[in-house]
Amino acid sequence: MTKTRVALLSSLALASAAFAADKMLITGAGATFPYPLYSKWFSDYNKLHPEVQINYQSIGSGGGIKQITEKTVDFGASDAPMTDEEMAKAPGIQHIPTVLGAVVVVYNVPGLEGLKLTPETISGIFLGKVSKWNDPAIARDNPGLKLPTANITVVHRSDGSGTTYVWTDYLSKVSPDWKAGPGTGKSVNWPVGLGGKGNEGVTGTVKQTEGAIGYVELAYANQNKLTPAIIKNRDGAWVKPTLESVSEAASKVEMPDDYRVSITNAAGKDAYPISSFTYILVYKDQPDPAKGQALLKFLWWAVHDGEKTAATLDYAPLPKSVVHKVEGTLKKMTVQGKAVLATSK
Amino acid sequence: MQPASETLAARRPGRLTRIAEPARRNFADRAWAALLTILGVTVFVVALFIVYALCKLSAGVLRHTGLAAFVLNSQWDVVRDVYGALPFIYGTLVTSVVALFIALPVSVGLALFLTEMSPPGVRSLISFPISLLAGIPSVVYGLWGLFVLVPVLRTKVEPFLAATLGFLPLFRGTPVGLGYLAAGMILAIMILPTITSISIEVLRTVPMSLREAALALGATRWEAIRMAVLPFARAGILGATILGLGRALGETMAVTMVIGNSPTISASLFAPGYSLPAVIANEFAEASGALQTGALAALGLILFAVTLLLNIAARLLVRISTRGPVRGAA
Repeated sequence: MTKTRVALLSSLALASAAFAADKMLITGAGATFPYPLYSKWFSDYNKLHPEVQINYQSIGSGGGIKQITEKTVDFGASDAPMTDEEMAKAPGIQHIPTVLGAVVVVYNVPGLEGLKLTPETISGIFLGKVSKWNDPAIARDNPGLKLPTANITVVHRSDGSGTTYVWTDYLSKVSPDWKAGPGTGKSVNWPVGLGGKGNEGVTGTVKQTEGAIGYVELAYANQNKLTPAIIKNRDGAWVKPTLESVSEAASKVEMPDDYRVSITNAAGKDAYPISSFTYILVYKDQPDPAKGQALLKFLWWAVHDGEKTAATLDYAPLPKSVVHKVEGTLKKMTVQGKAVLATSK
Repeated sequence: MQPASETLAARRPGRLTRIAEPARRNFADRAWAALLTILGVTVFVVALFIVYALCKLSAGVLRHTGLAAFVLNSQWDVVRDVYGALPFIYGTLVTSVVALFIALPVSVGLALFLTEMSPPGVRSLISFPISLLAGIPSVVYGLWGLFVLVPVLRTKVEPFLAATLGFLPLFRGTPVGLGYLAAGMILAIMILPTITSISIEVLRTVPMSLREAALALGATRWEAIRMAVLPFARAGILGATILGLGRALGETMAVTMVIGNSPTISASLFAPGYSLPAVIANEFAEASGALQTGALAALGLILFAVTLLLNIAARLLVRISTRGPVRGAA
């Protein structure tokens, strides 16, 4: 009896102490892809500013957009930019790009390394038109490699995901047949193949199935030491997916003010063509004075100091040109009508 | 050994309910009765709310597509807002049937062995790992299926089935590994503990006098099981099967990981397919737009309806078959 009472009292005391310490809790929700990096950012930032605590739930981009639209969180996060329809429901929303991700092609053909694929071949494979590993379309670009006669098994994501969005966005750009067929989306009507749930589901299925080909996140492929295919980019150069080649894809793009831009099939000799931004979604005018100020300061920190830790977790940092533009956007953002970061450097 | 009247009373609980009557005046009793009524009604109300919420969410897409077209169309194209549920309904039914086909004989055989044949020491030795199976999270089943079962199916079981039973359309086509068969087999393992443990309980209620009577009449052990034990336990085993089927129909995670997630309809069990719970789990988190969310809710409604229909059918079957043992015993 006494024990419970003591426990109850002490937990009450703890709870009130937490409130008394003037801690501020900022909440966010959204994309799962940047979650490992974001949670590192939040804990790093918390060490620098102990009064600011940021809580992020990685429930998926769709959920993040829903929650920021309903204003149940202070910021959202999404891999794919919001659609016009979604933007209309959340007036005053601003996309802030944080880092870059990329989608890589992985395959399972024993003894085959350094496979080179053109956009036409990739779309052919995923449309089911190229169905054998020794198809002339593949053989043409891989003269030194010994290609088996085996069938190609296509593996795609079965769950709705930003990775699929980037992948199908790329295929739609490079192949008119893909655009007219499955199209671009977080889940599409796949002409062929098996569906695996999540990056791990696709990787598992590819590893289990000889002759399989699939696509996964670059960070996931790097951490699991998967060998990616080399892709021919828009300038005709063969490019390996690396953090540098991904950042490169974002450097030459003409950036609109709302940052809603696709950088798949980007121009540039060293640009990896299947790259994309991931975004934090915030309102241009923050309603809560204390939280809004803290959130803007955090974003400022993220695109400057935060970017430096991105590469250690296999995320490609924003190129300088984009950081510069984000600075301008953050300076224009307000808390209850007042600019906060106007003098920041 | 139980006296015959007691077994009869236990089998007809209706006769005993009136005992509560004289105690009605007591306040505690009335409060207790009210509490139980509230608890009982709660379940019903929650179920109603779920149906209401699903109907509300899916109203838009059903108006857009039409209920019949939604159920009968076999195309699922989120990009173009074309929604048809048939491949998912088909996949759910096929995998559940495969699971029952494998699990039912094994479970009932196991239950019979444990209650009728095995020495008591063996019983606890075997029934412990079975109850352990029931406690494994379904995602673990899914992972095990993906990394252990699927390769075996692709390289050994499916080529063997194709070579021996290939004359049936069920066992034709390229062995992929991921597909209806893999999902059905995982489900079979998952529902095995449910069916087995309930069947054991049911078989234990069979009066010893029935077995003894059969044996005294000169029946062999097998004949005693077939003519005395099984007819008596038939309804209970059917009930166990329904519970197993319920789990198979609604299982999400494990099925998603091994079914191949391809919204197609194929006669071959080797082919990849899709199931109702799997598509909801896969697409709901990232569903954009009212139509896709609505379509997924409508799939939930269909799953609800399928489960309800199968339950009604099974209840009818129980009712018909409970008349059986009386005739059989006589």
